[in-house]
Amino acid sequence: MTTIVTPRPELLDTAAGKDDYLTYTRGFLSWALTLDHKRIGVMYMTAVLASFLVGGTFALLLRTELLTPGRTICSAETYNQFFTLHGAIMVFLVIIPSIPAALGNFVLPIMLGAKDVAFPKLNLFSFYLWIGGALFTLYSLAAGGFDTGWTFYTPYSTTTTTGGVIPVLMGVFILGFSSIFTGLNFIVTVHKLRPPGMTWFRMPLFLWALYATAIIQVLATPVLAITLCLLIVERTMNIGIFNPSMGGDPVLYQHFFWFYSHPAVYIMIVPAMGIISEIISVHSHRQIFGYRFIAFSSIAIAMFSFIVWGHHMFVSGQSGLMNTIFSLISFSVAIPSAVKTFNWTMTLYKGTISLTAPMMYGLAFLFLFTIGGLTGIHLATLNTDVHLHDTYFVVAHFHYVMMGSALIGMIGGLHHWWPKMTGRMYNEKMAITACIIIFVGFNVTFFTQFMLGSQGMPRRYYDYQPEFQVYHVISTIGAYIMACGFFTCAVCFAQSLMSGKQAPANPWGGRSLEWQCTSPPPHDNFKSPPTVGNCYDFSMLRWDEKEQGYVVDKELEALAIAAEARGHS
Amino acid sequence: MSQASVDHEGHAAHAGHDGDGHGHGSAEHAKYPFLAHHFETPAQQFDSAKLGMWLFLATEVLFFGALFVAYAVLRSRFPEVFSYGSHYLNTVMGGINTCVLILSSLTMALGVYFAQRGKRVALLICLWLTMAGAAGFLVIKYFEYSHKIHENLVWGPGFYIPPDNAIGEVEAADLAHAPAPAPVAVPAPLNSALSGVPMVGTHPAVDASVVKAASVGPGGLGAGAVDHASAVTHDIIPHDVPSDHLEDPKMPPNTHLFFAIYYAMTGLHGFHVVVGMVVIGMLIYRATRGDFGPNYYTPVDLVGLYWHIVDLVWIFLFPLFYLIH
Repeated sequence: MTTIVTPRPELLDTAAGKDDYLTYTRGFLSWALTLDHKRIGVMYMTAVLASFLVGGTFALLLRTELLTPGRTICSAETYNQFFTLHGAIMVFLVIIPSIPAALGNFVLPIMLGAKDVAFPKLNLFSFYLWIGGALFTLYSLAAGGFDTGWTFYTPYSTTTTTGGVIPVLMGVFILGFSSIFTGLNFIVTVHKLRPPGMTWFRMPLFLWALYATAIIQVLATPVLAITLCLLIVERTMNIGIFNPSMGGDPVLYQHFFWFYSHPAVYIMIVPAMGIISEIISVHSHRQIFGYRFIAFSSIAIAMFSFIVWGHHMFVSGQSGLMNTIFSLISFSVAIPSAVKTFNWTMTLYKGTISLTAPMMYGLAFLFLFTIGGLTGIHLATLNTDVHLHDTYFVVAHFHYVMMGSALIGMIGGLHHWWPKMTGRMYNEKMAITACIIIFVGFNVTFFTQFMLGSQGMPRRYYDYQPEFQVYHVISTIGAYIMACGFFTCAVCFAQSLMSGKQAPANPWGGRSLEWQCTSPPPHDNFKSPPTVGNCYDFSMLRWDEKEQGYVVDKELEALAIAAEARGHS
Repeated sequence: MSQASVDHEGHAAHAGHDGDGHGHGSAEHAKYPFLAHHFETPAQQFDSAKLGMWLFLATEVLFFGALFVAYAVLRSRFPEVFSYGSHYLNTVMGGINTCVLILSSLTMALGVYFAQRGKRVALLICLWLTMAGAAGFLVIKYFEYSHKIHENLVWGPGFYIPPDNAIGEVEAADLAHAPAPAPVAVPAPLNSALSGVPMVGTHPAVDASVVKAASVGPGGLGAGAVDHASAVTHDIIPHDVPSDHLEDPKMPPNTHLFFAIYYAMTGLHGFHVVVGMVVIGMLIYRATRGDFGPNYYTPVDLVGLYWHIVDLVWIFLFPLFYLIH
């Protein structure tokens, strides 16, 4: 405990910037066949953002179609394909891989103080699995598309005549293995590659979150894989396991599907919570409040995630007893979620808050996640769920959680680690403007949908009663506002890449290990094993005008060590 | 993968240039060429690989787990279907296969033992024996499958097409003349035949009659199918037996579901055996090259773990399908 902090030579040769992972080797193949987790993370990020553009385009198309009752721009069949594609792309290609595979790949080994993930080849392989899965999904469009909804419920998915069902099932199957291998890699990395001094309770909370996520990925995804296999076999060979006319059970499919897909919701949200723990603490320059509670609440959410799937099936003919049990357990997820939210709020309290772009996203997350989480209570309640089931209320709820929380968390994380990933700063004002536009657009879009849903507008419908039109129009306008926000965000990043000023090693004043190596980090991450301290103790950092970033102050550091020594005696 | 080595070489050169190498692990890296750059010691690399494999096995358990759940759900819903359908499975062949797999697990475990002690020849013998066990399992499985497929003991609507008695000469015309796949229509009269009769398995008399009916058909295969493989296809299958499962009034409705889950589970298991053969083949290649020794036997150990779980799955499948009547 006494040898916590020593001056780091890495900080000194920042300006030289000779060895950075971006320019370490050159050429297309040096990227395509790289085993460097940072490059794989960057490739994932590029691919995920490209998919986000596609999924977002489908969202805009379907919102445009809903501007008027009846036909606006496309037929009902096309509309069915739009919302299916929007859902499938956003879930399987964007949100699930976004934080663990893209940001996690980049950040996890550096934060941990390791040179790479445990299995670099497997890591690259899982990236190409992702590419393969994405190609299958694209091919399904050429093969006639699919209109099953992203949930592929039987018996419709086994009987629909759209030709793209089997390709997309293959695609999701492959994406599942990509996710499994990433999770497996992360678990082993966290267990086996921690350097001396990096104890479990010195790990940044983002690592706890990624670890909890990885457990879910490894344990839940295989069930989805086998379910999709059965669905493919059902569709091609008619084996009848999910077919009621042959003695099979379509609800069995729903059980299997949600046994994966409910935990998958936590694959999306838990790592975002980890990012928020980092952002809130670093940007309010205050020790995270309730470190162990936040760490264990991630694990608790991972555990709970496996035993709440039945709340998707309250009206599918489950027994009353099952419904009650699933309802009760679903309520208890509120406990670890609230533990996190209160701890974040307490961290902000009396913190020195810098309203940077990442912090703006962090605050947006707090606001949106609270709404998303609390409306979950409505849906976990049995009698209100009967009214709200399959209405826009559900759509609004899960968009507040999946998009307002998970995706906003991801984008906040991207802003947080952007200087580290690219070595460039971005235009802070423009980034903040983008965040505000997205935040406003998001609430206009989805808060309206709570009202639509509670008044009985069913989800996935092409046509609707004229009295709903005003809400639909507002919601669509919100979607366009959001699109403007994301466009601004993209311009901001593009500008940063082209003409952003050089990023310092530590632009925000973080203390976890990634801020100790240069921006962008060297090929090996660390030239010698890093020294590990309390990653949330910011007292020894001071702003350096010359460096344009935070540096460790010798005097403050001595004070901090003395304070820690006192604390331990 | 060539780029991988380039990456490593570039990395090594770079580290040398820097002067401080890989921190305190550099001596270890010089000593053990198999040690990847991001590990400090061989022990750390071995432990990581092993933990990774155990996690992969956990995913395998869940992968099969869903099918076991499907089995449980279907069996609890249609217990009579399972106890009836089980008669059509050849317990002797299944039993032999169980023994073959358990023996191959033993040879695999011995292989790990010899790899750890650097006994290359003994390791190779064990690996070849394991490979032979896997191949033997698949051959026996092939005969089981092909016989059932000839009898139309299959999944889905095909189950209700009368089997073609001219074995090996399935004619398209015959299939065309066969009744259209009518899974709902066919069981209906059978259902009425069964009404008034207690559920199979709960009534000893009915149980006995089912055993008798089945023993005339494919269920009776077991008697002489042990000797050698060719006997199975030509001598044992009774050509004069009519398409019994459709003519058997005791057949419960939805019997096709038994075969659906049977083929799904044993098929997935068979696929894992094939994958096992591929990875054992890679081990044989590397062991012949002399890659393994007391310092480095990780791949043998990992494939061993994989092979044991493949066996373990079969040890559950065998009683759940073959031994439930």
